[in-house]
Amino acid sequence: MCAPEFSIKNMNSSLSNSPVLAARPVSDRLAKRLSRHIGERLIEAVLFAAAAASVFITLGIVYVLVSESIEFFKQISIVDFLTDTQWTPLFDDAHYGIMVLLSGTAVSSLVALGVAIPLGTTIAIYLSEFASPRNREIAKPILELLSSIPTVVFGYFALLFVTPLLQHLMPELPGFNLLSAGLVMGIMITPIVSSLSEDAMRAVPMAMREGSYAMGATRLQTALRVIFPAAISGIGAAYILGVARAVGETMILAVAAGMQPNLVWDPREPAATITSFIVQVALGDLPHGSTGYLTIFAAGLTLMLFTLVFNIFGFWLQRRYRERY
Amino acid sequence: MRPLKTSAEVISLRANITQRKRWDVIFGLLGILALALGLMTIATLLIDMLIDGWVRFHPDFLSNFPSRHAGKAGILSAWVGSGLVMLVTAVVAVPLGVAAGVWLEEYAPKHWITDVIEINVNNLAGVPSIIYGLLALGLFVYTFHLGQSVRTAGLTLALLILPMVIVATREAIRTIPQIIREGAYALGATQWQAVKHHILPYSTPGILTGIIIGMSRAIGETAPIITIGALTFIAFLPPPPLTDVAPYLNFEWLSAPFTVMPIQIFSWTSRPEAAFQHNAAAASALLVLMTLTMNGLAIWLRYRLRKNLKW
Repeated sequence: MCAPEFSIKNMNSSLSNSPVLAARPVSDRLAKRLSRHIGERLIEAVLFAAAAASVFITLGIVYVLVSESIEFFKQISIVDFLTDTQWTPLFDDAHYGIMVLLSGTAVSSLVALGVAIPLGTTIAIYLSEFASPRNREIAKPILELLSSIPTVVFGYFALLFVTPLLQHLMPELPGFNLLSAGLVMGIMITPIVSSLSEDAMRAVPMAMREGSYAMGATRLQTALRVIFPAAISGIGAAYILGVARAVGETMILAVAAGMQPNLVWDPREPAATITSFIVQVALGDLPHGSTGYLTIFAAGLTLMLFTLVFNIFGFWLQRRYRERY
Repeated sequence: MRPLKTSAEVISLRANITQRKRWDVIFGLLGILALALGLMTIATLLIDMLIDGWVRFHPDFLSNFPSRHAGKAGILSAWVGSGLVMLVTAVVAVPLGVAAGVWLEEYAPKHWITDVIEINVNNLAGVPSIIYGLLALGLFVYTFHLGQSVRTAGLTLALLILPMVIVATREAIRTIPQIIREGAYALGATQWQAVKHHILPYSTPGILTGIIIGMSRAIGETAPIITIGALTFIAFLPPPPLTDVAPYLNFEWLSAPFTVMPIQIFSWTSRPEAAFQHNAAAASALLVLMTLTMNGLAIWLRYRLRKNLKW
């Protein structure tokens, strides 16, 4: 019984007998060592600097977009920018109506959402409520491979596979059009919508499912009338983050939608979007500081404001559903 | 509920149940169909690229420079350029992202600065890639005068994938239970010793998964590289990083003009001649296979991690 005590006593006595340690009292040995302390703080400072660097990226983006846009708006009135219905910044008779580019962005994003929302929601409900856990584990990562394919390849696919396919159905469809670009973009963002919606639906507590089943509801009834409404803010966040992605998508549109600025509401027409216009200008050789060069920053600022609003709204919705249960 | 009286009521109830069960089956099939549509798109895309590009699959395609003659054109400068740009991206994004992730998880105090950094990282992840291109054009090209070079492209893509690396690092660290840290501190480790000997080694597979996914995103990015003005005809290689004279390292390649795989694909796709489109398809097939392999590797790593790691 007293063996452990005995050994501890022994150890203590042997410690204090040791000539090296006895010379320094315990409090001294536990005191902060200056070199070690400084080293620790130094490392912490380096790590903090890395984390703070991310803030400088944002500041850099805001600085570049805002300062170049101010230069732009010194030359072009902001009223013309918002109300003009022509966008011809590279012509002699220059017009700067951002509505033209916004219409292209809006139409292509709507087509994409027309694909991604029904498809993504169906997949999410299926994976969350119908599929076995094993099938879900297999299907989800494979589906997510879709959004890993480079967008320029999707652009090639839209231009040289989907458009000819659509031309069989609609013979008068032009070679460049918003429709095929939008459809392919919709397929591309489907995994984003389905993945985030599924997470939201799976966060709904099991007790709600069990309650619904106990009342005699089928799986589909449970999914549509209990789970879907309970997860609606998370699903809304998924849709909005999908919109943000569609609005910022560049290469599919630059390759497959043509780059003519048209004020369009018909997806069968070719049109330029904010993003594809930036690409078009970058392809040319505009001198630094010219009005043409400045337009891409004004267009970029418009794009940035839109995606910022969508992202903040999406994160706000996401946070709301996370805190609810 | 009142008991059912007539057989007519029972029959109609049964019919109702049968019908609802039928809808259940129909929706299940619809779900499988929707999934299949997604998976078939990947398959169709890959097969389409392989068929279109088949005529160009030849060792010469990898060892030839781009050319005005579609049949002689190759992707040598493109894949070498992609490799060098990825090298710069990894060297910048990995240490910066991991360090930021470690700080946010292990060191960050409850403070408004922490909140700002956290919100900022989340927002950066949602910024469209072309905006990073505008940042690079305004800052790297025209303010710092880094030119339309390998280092500008590498830095731009590093900034683009930085939020992904940070988020992956944080998620990997968050799965490590508190007792590991407490054990290390109990043995007298300092905070950095606990991080270096325990937190980082245990979260390495998770961080690696994030890095691979980030790199696979960077290798396919086109828009920011076009925006910095790098769509040019490049029929030469940057100077080699290794030389045979001391000090054996040469950094001139950092400031050399370059082209990358997605840019080469874009420039061939926008040519009207069908012959160039075969080139674009062949290069696309290679690029897609590369990104699919990288993502497959990441999925496998994540799966193995989840299976083996039990705290």
